[in-house]
Amino acid sequence: MALVELSLPPLAAHVRTARLVVVAAARRAGLDDALVDELRLALGEACSRAVGLHAKHAPAAPVLVTVADDASGLTITVTDQGPAAEPTSGDLARDMLDSAGDDAIDDVVDPDVALAVLSGLVDDCTIEHTGAGTTVTMRWPLPPRPVGVGGPGATQVSQV
Amino acid sequence: MDLSLSTRTEGDRTVVVVGGEIDVYTAPKLREQLIDLVSSGQYHLVVDMEGVEFLDSTGLGVLVGGLKRVRAHEGSLRLVCTQERILKIFRITGLTKVFPIHGSVEEAVSATE
Repeated sequence: MALVELSLPPLAAHVRTARLVVVAAARRAGLDDALVDELRLALGEACSRAVGLHAKHAPAAPVLVTVADDASGLTITVTDQGPAAEPTSGDLARDMLDSAGDDAIDDVVDPDVALAVLSGLVDDCTIEHTGAGTTVTMRWPLPPRPVGVGGPGATQVSQV
Repeated sequence: MDLSLSTRTEGDRTVVVVGGEIDVYTAPKLREQLIDLVSSGQYHLVVDMEGVEFLDSTGLGVLVGGLKRVRAHEGSLRLVCTQERILKIFRITGLTKVFPIHGSVEEAVSATE
């Protein structure tokens, strides 16, 4: 079941909005504190990449973010409508040195660097290119829930 | 929290103290600050990141851009960072091999090549 669905205008300021909302939803779903920092960074990478692509290629279209939880854990998706990523060379530091800062106007990181960071950061991360864009799906485990919590008429025994 | 920036001079180094969140929204401010410093002839920079709460690849890009700019003048850009959550992204991207990363401003200011 989707806990949260966000449809974000592709503005840089809303990347922070997405981080705040998704982190709050993940905490509420029970994500371990140790994984929250990883989620915050990963979500930020996925959204800033998507927002950057939309600014160039699809400024009127929203970036879609969903948060869902089930027995297998927490699943977060970020869907954009930008062009597919090109493979990186595998040497991120070199790619960044080659691409950043050649002129004063634009030393924004290549969106593909963001994908490579995501792959390095999140153990369970899939990147799917569809006709319309890219969906980044990230999963984290949730601690098991005590039996009976959340069912109809159940007594709330876990801390909230 | 937004981005906060301040600068001070220590010897021949300029220390840039950064606090808050460096992301796609705030990174342009840091980029402008670094460009201004280089334009005004300050080529030996120490960026103190101990107050940074969030850093993504956009922020890394700005730091790499700053490094390239000071290198063009045979300068240096050193980072001060001991926070594991910030260091992690430097490791993932391999940038720990590109930036000298120090445990304190004192150490960074007194460091030589």
